[in-house]
Amino acid sequence: MNNPLLSLRPDRRSVLKGAAAAGVLQIASPFVVPVRAADNIKMGMVDPLTGVYAAPAGNEVMGAKLAVDQVNAKGGVMGRQLELLVEDSANDVGTGVQKARKLIERDNVNFIIGDVNSGIAAAIAQVTAEKKVLHVVSGGHTDSITGKDCHWNVYRVCNTTRMEANSVSDLLYSKYGKKWHFITPDYAFGHTLYDACAANLKRLGGTVTGNELTPLGTTDFSAYLIKARAAKPDVLLLLVQGSDMINCLKQIVQFGLDKQIHVAGTQQELESLAGLPPEARIGIWMFEWYWKQPGVPHVAEFVAEIRKRNGGKVPTARHWFGFTSVMTFAHVANQQKTLDAVKLAQALSDFELPPEVKLQPNKVYYRKGDHQLMTSAFIGEAQSKGKDDPEDLFRVDSVVPGDKTAPPVADTGCTVQWPA
Amino acid sequence: MTQLLLFNVTNGLIIGAFYVLMALGLSLILNLSNVINFAHGGFLVIGGYIAYTITPYVGFWGALLIAPPLTAVIGFAVERVLIRPLYGRDPLYSLLLTFGLAFIIEDGTRFFWGAQGKPVTVPPFLATPLSYDFFFITGYRLFMVSVVIVTVSALFIFLRYTRLGVRIRAGTLDLETVAALGINVRMLRSLNFAAGIFLAGLSGVLAAGQLGLEPTMGTGLLMPSFIAIIVGGVGSLTGTLLGGLLIGVASGVTAMFFPAASEAVMYVLMAVVLLIRPRGLLGEEGMMT
Amino acid sequence: MSGEQMRKLVVLAVVWLALLFAPYWMAPLGGYTALATRVLVLGLAAMSVNFLLGFTGVLSFGHAAYFGLGAYGTGLALKFLTTSTPLSLVLGMLLGGVVGGLLGALIVRRRGVYFAMVTIAFGQVFYYIAFQWSSLTGGDDGLRGFSRQPLELGLFQIDILSNTTYFYYFVLFCFALAVGVMGVLLRSPFGRAMIAIRENERRARFLGIAVERHIWIAFTLSCFFIAFAGALYALVNNFADPKGLHYSQSGDFVMMAVMGGMRSFWGPLLGAAVFVILQDYLSSITINWMSFVGMLFVLVVLFFPRGLLGFIRRKRAA
Repeated sequence: MNNPLLSLRPDRRSVLKGAAAAGVLQIASPFVVPVRAADNIKMGMVDPLTGVYAAPAGNEVMGAKLAVDQVNAKGGVMGRQLELLVEDSANDVGTGVQKARKLIERDNVNFIIGDVNSGIAAAIAQVTAEKKVLHVVSGGHTDSITGKDCHWNVYRVCNTTRMEANSVSDLLYSKYGKKWHFITPDYAFGHTLYDACAANLKRLGGTVTGNELTPLGTTDFSAYLIKARAAKPDVLLLLVQGSDMINCLKQIVQFGLDKQIHVAGTQQELESLAGLPPEARIGIWMFEWYWKQPGVPHVAEFVAEIRKRNGGKVPTARHWFGFTSVMTFAHVANQQKTLDAVKLAQALSDFELPPEVKLQPNKVYYRKGDHQLMTSAFIGEAQSKGKDDPEDLFRVDSVVPGDKTAPPVADTGCTVQWPA
Repeated sequence: MTQLLLFNVTNGLIIGAFYVLMALGLSLILNLSNVINFAHGGFLVIGGYIAYTITPYVGFWGALLIAPPLTAVIGFAVERVLIRPLYGRDPLYSLLLTFGLAFIIEDGTRFFWGAQGKPVTVPPFLATPLSYDFFFITGYRLFMVSVVIVTVSALFIFLRYTRLGVRIRAGTLDLETVAALGINVRMLRSLNFAAGIFLAGLSGVLAAGQLGLEPTMGTGLLMPSFIAIIVGGVGSLTGTLLGGLLIGVASGVTAMFFPAASEAVMYVLMAVVLLIRPRGLLGEEGMMT
Repeated sequence: MSGEQMRKLVVLAVVWLALLFAPYWMAPLGGYTALATRVLVLGLAAMSVNFLLGFTGVLSFGHAAYFGLGAYGTGLALKFLTTSTPLSLVLGMLLGGVVGGLLGALIVRRRGVYFAMVTIAFGQVFYYIAFQWSSLTGGDDGLRGFSRQPLELGLFQIDILSNTTYFYYFVLFCFALAVGVMGVLLRSPFGRAMIAIRENERRARFLGIAVERHIWIAFTLSCFFIAFAGALYALVNNFADPKGLHYSQSGDFVMMAVMGGMRSFWGPLLGAAVFVILQDYLSSITINWMSFVGMLFVLVVLFFPRGLLGFIRRKRAA
């Protein structure tokens, strides 16, 4: 068959054959699993490197990689080098679970880190508990991970929503007033954060003037802000995160609402503040870790190291989460001289982080009862530009230790069941 | 209560105006070429990022003028290389191709500009609200609405009175006859596609001022545009205009009473229209088979 | 036996041998059993979409909704109603299938791009319900707190919860059941009528075939099949989440069917295998895997519209 259209182009079939051959050569390689240095200790990290959480996830991975390099430079763990295998969960639970299984079954990792997305973190925790692998949740905040769904092999670095709410509530009440209005993202993280804040407000004697539940990914907050304004609160608390936070704050400032009502919230991140135009960097928040800590040992070195890898930009809390997760494993394994998950998990109960890992002033340790890291809350105010540094977008006023913000173990609903 | 309702309706119209801009571009492409452009959101993002990149050199206004035509050029190239081969075939293929294209665009923007959101500033005199009470009508949003009004008017004039516009309209109704009359249908389709992408790029520049600029920005704005077209009626640009405003208002008002459903209400509206009056409010029967 | 029939038997044998021994030949090649299980489940979903697309000629771009409903149905059943895994599968399948049937009755009169848009619309409505009704479905965090239970077979137990290989064979068994039913249906007079509608709807109508009713039945059946796949998916992850309902998931299924070959029975399974394995491999080696997957979509549409199996067939015929 002589198709005139085909003959005008270079023979399509041969082009395709060539491409296919090249492609097969590329693709044939996984089916020849590279011979890994049998001596290395492998760690797996599952994070959503594509999708809406790509920025914080990427930063976590960067922090983890720095830790791996530092540990290896000092001789590794028990004399063996560490190897970090990173997989993309693509912000999808099925993919996250599959990657976790791949890391455990095919790659035989001794340790799992992940995920930024709380739902995926919880799903992976089920897999790691089933397979008896030590698991540190670096950046997933939902309370149940160290609450009613806690496992013996799961530890968490970042704050719980209760801790975050507890850290700022008293300050906001005394500084701004008793009538609070909320803009809450409509998913588990938002709900628990709201519940914790509302409970604190009630305890202090204030009132909730309203709670706007906004669907995740809301681009236009005007309808909610109209309602919020009509309720005449003393302070508007923004519990939304990520792009929602950016959109909301941007619109609040454009509407001039910040001149009518105080704006504040709980968790805030440097990634969000950096994505905002300078005039929108306002409000009182808590950070989970901040880079500018003059006088605190080892922080400046960490910042310098990350700057080298991050195109000159400073580390965020996410970098620190990834860094701490890897360091936790390395330190406890070197201390216990074993890779057995149960022994390591038990050793982590009440395990205190050394200064070069905790990078903050207070005592930081993994609490025995719920496996939650008692990390500090950095309370302060956003600023449009730092005095000395263009990236200093947050003025830290106080650093509250984790065991002051965390609820007692009995209230978390966690009972750790150790394997027989 | 009525004041709140009035506010929300007005607000809904403003949101709707933005949807109209996106939807019109999508509609242009769909009407003439029968192509469902799933990558439209991606072109919006490209427009936004181009504007962000050139703003330091030409300022906000320069970016507004230059970014949409640049995006349209990219759209023209895409149409010539990727979409043209698909015209004779089942619409399934163009749907799948643009679907894949959307992936490439999202990943590409993340690759070039990074996953971190970019701060976009609008000129300060625009970023002030109209008044204390009407705080949600900022200068910027009014500006956006006026841009939409100007663009829509220009589009209608273009389609009504210029030769190219008339040809496009004729092509929408009967492409075969237009070809038989000796008009270069291929070029017509390419230019039409480029026009649609111009609108997408323009939407992107405007959106960047209101929202955070990041690679996944376009996905949430794509579906409302489709719904606007379906509700308003395929084949009718006035219908798309009405559809966009309608879903904007519906979404805004629902947000007042039942915020969880503010997104879903658009889909419910679409489903209802498709079942009861499948051609849409102002559409013509048989446009989509 | 004719050459054609011989070839079909050989293909069948090859496919089943490959599937039966997957856990054994995958590992040395760098695969892992859980990957094979995922290929089976998503392959079944792609075949269900193809039941409608390739064999009836009807494009549904919102089929993931019924997939997701199957997953949620099974999850909820295991969480609140029963400890029997097979029963939960049936319940999940029923949920997706029945809803699909009801909706199908409403939209059957539309065709072409209209039909596709309606299916997207309905699909998204369910996505938002799953997302917003968080007290029941867990919202964005997904439905958790259930897991596949060991199979009680009277005298002994098969532990499909912790043993990945046992679970793979359980899924393979379910897959075989579904595929068997599908094959029988396609060979029946009903199946022939479907193909007739695909080839030339007007002529089929002239022949007295009740076109709308056939399309509705085909739609409903495909919803049952895909809901069953969704139910299995919930068991794979011990989790159900709204993303399984999103139109992008539907797009993936359609792409698997097209990539493997719409006109062939096993094509979608092949498409699913290539898609899943490629995505798994690519996302491990590069953060830009989305570009590659997108380029794959583009290349398949431009150069391989008949899919891999279609390409092979054309070579043989030419």
